[in-house]
Amino acid sequence: MNSQHDLLEVNQGLIARLIDSFKRAQDSDLYYSFRRSPVIVSAFIITMIMFLAAFLAPWIAPHQTLDLKTLDLMNAYLPPAWEPNSDPNFLLGTDDQGRDILSGMMFGLRISLGVGFASVIVSAIVGTLLGLLSGYLGGRLDSFIMRVADVQLTFPAILIALLIDGIVGSLLPKAAYNELKLYVLVLAIAASQWVNFARTVRGSTLVEKNKEYVQAAKVIGVHPFWIMVRHVLPNVISPVLVIATLSLALAILTEATLSFLGVGVPPTSPSLGTLIRIGQQYLFSGEWWMTIFPSSALVILVLAVNLLGDWLRDALNPKLR
Amino acid sequence: MLAFIIQRLLQAVVVMLSVSFVSFALFQFVGDPINNMVGQDATEAQRELLRERLGLNEPWPLQFIHYIGNIIQGEFGLSYRLGIPVEDLIADRLPATMELVLVSAFMALALGVPMGVYTGLNRNSWLSRLFLTISLIGISLPTFVIGILLILIFGVWLQWLPTFGRAGVVDLGWWTTSFLTLDGWRSLIMPSITLALFQLTLIMRLIRAEMLEVLRTDYIKFARARGLRNRAVHFRHALKNTLVPVITITGLQIGSLLAFSIITETVFQWPGMGLLILQAIQFVDIPVMSSYLVLIAFLFVLINLVVDLLYFIVDPRLRLDSLSRGAH
Repeated sequence: MNSQHDLLEVNQGLIARLIDSFKRAQDSDLYYSFRRSPVIVSAFIITMIMFLAAFLAPWIAPHQTLDLKTLDLMNAYLPPAWEPNSDPNFLLGTDDQGRDILSGMMFGLRISLGVGFASVIVSAIVGTLLGLLSGYLGGRLDSFIMRVADVQLTFPAILIALLIDGIVGSLLPKAAYNELKLYVLVLAIAASQWVNFARTVRGSTLVEKNKEYVQAAKVIGVHPFWIMVRHVLPNVISPVLVIATLSLALAILTEATLSFLGVGVPPTSPSLGTLIRIGQQYLFSGEWWMTIFPSSALVILVLAVNLLGDWLRDALNPKLR
Repeated sequence: MLAFIIQRLLQAVVVMLSVSFVSFALFQFVGDPINNMVGQDATEAQRELLRERLGLNEPWPLQFIHYIGNIIQGEFGLSYRLGIPVEDLIADRLPATMELVLVSAFMALALGVPMGVYTGLNRNSWLSRLFLTISLIGISLPTFVIGILLILIFGVWLQWLPTFGRAGVVDLGWWTTSFLTLDGWRSLIMPSITLALFQLTLIMRLIRAEMLEVLRTDYIKFARARGLRNRAVHFRHALKNTLVPVITITGLQIGSLLAFSIITETVFQWPGMGLLILQAIQFVDIPVMSSYLVLIAFLFVLINLVVDLLYFIVDPRLRLDSLSRGAH
């Protein structure tokens, strides 16, 4: 009885705190500037719908396009439901194998977003770490990392991702190709993007490391590693969030481009780019829906994420207020 | 200035050496070149002989030096897939890519600069808004989607333009060109627009931003106060001072035109370097892959060097600065 009462009290405390922080968030500048702009609100809603559609695809998609047993070639080349000779079961039509375009897009979005998020996380961690080390320790390590970054910046990211993906992909053993290819793709995209994180973090670290709190931590003998992680990192992390958002759009685009070129995701996990590539072959015979719908989904997603990233950058930048 | 150039040259050499080391290492890791050259029933003795003759038994640093020596002489080896010297393949494909990149770069500059100046000068006119909206589309649409849309509209629905390949090519012996025939130009239109659109919007936005910045400065106010005509103020005073960043970005953009031409060439089946490298990747054609790596790195290093030097030519302040520092 007593313990239950305690639990209830703890719960109430937690809920009160949640409500409190929710109210605080409602009062914040960030929420204010978010609510003020209808474009940003709609970009946010679109992004959320796409995330949900991708995340819940196995449960809410009308057809299981990845399960080859459910396919029926009799359903191939059906136009969208509002065109003549269509089947209302397939809202956006079907492709050459009789796969539902809408379901294919949902599963494709899942892979596109998965690869996008994974590569942004990898590049953010590696880039932030290298930027922190480079800025805080300085010296030879700093000039080496920054020289590599300078050289890499002169090449377009897409070219770096393509070459790494293509070359490492060709080194993979045939047997394990399909399993390993996704990881190679993630690493290739991450390798093409770490520079942005590293340079930004290095810049802010250089400013932070001369501030008093870092000096104080040094004086009381905190290990440099903990100074970097506990003291400097929390103060340089907010631009990382902005870059991560913008990088997500770029990563999704890079993945789609590589998959469109036929060197990205393995054929066993078709992403939006793969769908566009398959559909492109049927453009001339009039089956425009196979490529136009996945392309539109890609463009809308990238545009929405880009808008959110731009807004976040402006909203978090005190100089622009 | 001299020190700066030497430093840049050294950096370029280091970059080229590391890229050629990577492309050399490709040969070491992927497959056995001997297997690609002899028939299945070659004896072990024959293989050993060939290995000895090609210098594959030497220690790898020595092989690397040979490799660099060959590259400098323009010998890139035989393509595994086609059995043709890679340098011939590249010489065959290079004109197609170069013409595409050239036309796109010209288009991006010839339209991007005036559009940027116009939108910078007339911030609130409807035409500026239109340009800015178009540029937002240009930035958010991926290259291959632009290409697909153009094919769908002008190739499939309206049937005005050819949708793939490079037609009307005239062979000049050392160069193949599609500039000399109407068919050639017609087949160039859609690929070059696809490639140019992103660069065009980038240049336009850059010039606009720079113009807005410069127009706010004191010397523009002073030029107006002196009673100079608008045209003189806008073009001789304002535009001229926006050109330094524009040249840098344009130089770098020529590099990314080369990279993005891979995508455009795939969409339009344009027989250039991009298609070559993609096919090489799909067939694990190591000699072609490694040569492309070296060549593209060389082009980028070259472009960057030229851009760095252009800085000094365009902006006299930099020259004066380094001269006065040199005199002390």
